[in-house]
Amino acid sequence: MFAHSRPFFYRRLASPLHAARAGVGAIWALVLTAAGLMLFHPLVLLALTLAVLGAGYGAGVGRQLARTLRTAAIVVVPIVAINVLVSRDGLTVFARLGDLGPFGQGNLTVEAAVYGAVIGLKVTLLILVTTLASLAVDPDELLRAFRRMSFRSALTASLSTRMIPLLAADSERLAEAQRTRPTGAPTGPRARVALLGAVVGGSLDRAMDVAATLELRGFAVARRPRRRALMRRPWSRHDVAFACSSAAILALVLMGELGEGASFQAYPLIHMPVTVATGALCAALLAAILLPFTDRQGIDP
Amino acid sequence: MSPILSFDRVTYRYPNAETPALEDVSLDVEPGELCLLAGLSGHGKSTLLRAACGLVPHFHGGRFSGAVTLAGMDTREHGPARLGAVAGALFQDPETQLVTSSVRSELALSLESRGCGAGAVARGVEEVALALGIDGLLDRSVHELSGGEQQRVALGAALAGRPPVVLLDEPTSQLDPVAGDELIGLLRRLNQEWETTVLLAEHRLERCLSVADRVIALRRGRIAHDGDPASFLAWAAGESPALQTPGAKLFTLAGLRPLPVGVRQARSLLRDRGLLPEGGHSEPTGPPASERGDAHTGRARAKVVGRRIARRSSAAALRVRGVWHELRDGPAILRGLDLTLHPGETVALMGRNGAGKSTLLRHAAGLLTPTRGRIERAGRVALLLQNPGDYFVHEHVAEEASAQALQAVGLQGMAERNPRDLSGGERQRLALAIVTGDGDPPAVLALDEPTRGMDRESKAELALELRRRAEQGQAVIVATHDPEFAASCARRAILLADGRVIADGPASELLAGGWYFATETARILGGAGGALTPEQGADLLALHEAATRASRQDAPHVTARDPDLRGVDADALETDAVAPGLMR
Repeated sequence: MFAHSRPFFYRRLASPLHAARAGVGAIWALVLTAAGLMLFHPLVLLALTLAVLGAGYGAGVGRQLARTLRTAAIVVVPIVAINVLVSRDGLTVFARLGDLGPFGQGNLTVEAAVYGAVIGLKVTLLILVTTLASLAVDPDELLRAFRRMSFRSALTASLSTRMIPLLAADSERLAEAQRTRPTGAPTGPRARVALLGAVVGGSLDRAMDVAATLELRGFAVARRPRRRALMRRPWSRHDVAFACSSAAILALVLMGELGEGASFQAYPLIHMPVTVATGALCAALLAAILLPFTDRQGIDP
Repeated sequence: MSPILSFDRVTYRYPNAETPALEDVSLDVEPGELCLLAGLSGHGKSTLLRAACGLVPHFHGGRFSGAVTLAGMDTREHGPARLGAVAGALFQDPETQLVTSSVRSELALSLESRGCGAGAVARGVEEVALALGIDGLLDRSVHELSGGEQQRVALGAALAGRPPVVLLDEPTSQLDPVAGDELIGLLRRLNQEWETTVLLAEHRLERCLSVADRVIALRRGRIAHDGDPASFLAWAAGESPALQTPGAKLFTLAGLRPLPVGVRQARSLLRDRGLLPEGGHSEPTGPPASERGDAHTGRARAKVVGRRIARRSSAAALRVRGVWHELRDGPAILRGLDLTLHPGETVALMGRNGAGKSTLLRHAAGLLTPTRGRIERAGRVALLLQNPGDYFVHEHVAEEASAQALQAVGLQGMAERNPRDLSGGERQRLALAIVTGDGDPPAVLALDEPTRGMDRESKAELALELRRRAEQGQAVIVATHDPEFAASCARRAILLADGRVIADGPASELLAGGWYFATETARILGGAGGALTPEQGADLLALHEAATRASRQDAPHVTARDPDLRGVDADALETDAVAPGLMR
């Protein structure tokens, strides 16, 4: 079997986040998402982004997060550019494009650029957190928890997560086979359409095979498990650490929102105080996010 | 005792099919039986298994008549989900039979689907993992398992609920010989210890015939034979030679009876006839014949191969020099590998799953770049990957390859067909036409596991085609798990392990002296004379008998008919060291 170095989907690694139960890992990721949505101070967002990248390396998926960061840049640059072009709320003009007809005066402001960058940073943070969660939180374990509510929906969702790497592997194989043609892989729109057709056709075959397997595993007669049927496991040190980390992050975000440490206004003029409280908030967030990764005991898969 | 599985005059036709896949099939399987389904590709084995678990007709549709009863349940009234509690099924491709992300959740799925309690689920998972030796994989992701591991996990998922019946469709087709033998041994253990009824469809019958209680042969959807392994072999010898095991074919060609169901019985029969020494195990456990100073036979054959290599050493078709393939943050797949292929050579590349065979072929074809080392090619390297279906992106055969290329592989009359409607062998030939093209022939033709799921007839055709290409001057290298196929097409064999070449020599030596990477003929004859195929083995036996007669009658020299054994003559057989297994 041909081996690939860094798959872009969940696999169990020796890391504290992988060792924590999926529910706790998911809540931790949700809290990070909430922090990214609620906070606006660029320095605090930067600290959060650095902390999430650090967490990625702590979880053994840093390289994938770094790749995601490059992808996020493709999204962020247009966000900043569009905000600079369409926002009319700033007062500090750094370029005048003149009269743009129905769009009025084309004045580009520093405030719009900074606010665009803040939104871009938030989007980057959300992409990173989502990637980290998908790489380090076991989807099966997570979906099992939802089976009490809807067994089949949870299982279907679980199946979808399985189909993604399966189809990715199929298209990779198909593309590789095309490269072995004497003329190399065919190019041009027609060739692309033909290849896409083959991938779609193949995915339907795959879906049929997987559906047959599911049938035999009793999917059609699946029953909602009894409450007592759910597997119980004692809380590990990593479960506790990430639960405490979630609580600490949430508390810090609320403190930042209520206090002055994270206050930020872009319009009409930039108001971004950098105080001791801001520094303390950044340091505390970094510590709260990264501390659980320092405990490396009992993390072997 | 009432049968656990019963077919009563079952006829089934897939939707839009012109001919029925099963026709008037009636059979009863008793609890605890291990039944082997034999037959050429497309003759109904898979359909019969799918009918047994209710996928036919519930899942596939089509026209169904007759009745199938599984553990008292009529499959027309009960769907696969209910029947799945009684019959675990394992089909060819393990990748599509793993539906969750982790091994533990995969094993738990069928138990959870049936509403088992936490204790029952945990115990079921633990027990099946221990029984199959996959307890170390429980927390692994299914994406990172090897083909063999995936197959075991899929089998574990099918067995987790301890179903009384297990249905398996070519479960060893993707496994190396070691893993394949382990799986068959495991099935036998399940059958003997838990009385699990096993219905197993397999092309490589030699792997499992000796453990079977009964063999059901299918021909064009009908039951052509139903009996014990010995009676099946007797039937196959006359009615369907393509289904014969190599051991049975060896005995048939040598005019010996009864036909053996396994290596052990074959050796015992040969011993009784004085063709093997008493009390011997597998004789040539020492170095290969050509490495022994007194090994006439091995020496003769090694000389032939050596002369050929020397003749061609100036113009290598492919030279791999100290190639490493190291994954970033991962293991090294190839470790300083050296290999030279010459025009006209046919080489079998063997080794366990994960040994680096596929990676080596990809490097040869330029699909991968070595992290260290270099590769020199005398021309184009055409690589045929494992799944021919991956090459087909068009609706018509004519769009996939030129008329000239199609003619070269004998598919000129199928230009308007859809590639996906072709048979397994035809798909393989079309893929071959695609990768070789219609221009100058490639310097090297590399094939990665080309016989997966193929029956013996198709394998023989492919071996013939490869030999023909080698005669035209192409170097042919085939990564395969099938020693019989390797023996039929290759003169040289290379054994890879852990990314290194651990053995490289004439196929007659490498495939003759082992337990796993050896043909059945070689295992029966203990590697004597380097005979790998039934034809060579029969020649050797005939030669020995002739030599015995000649020594009695003072008759002159006798020579083998098989060109591969021309170096072996009756005089050579007089030396114990040459063919110790054949001498008393």
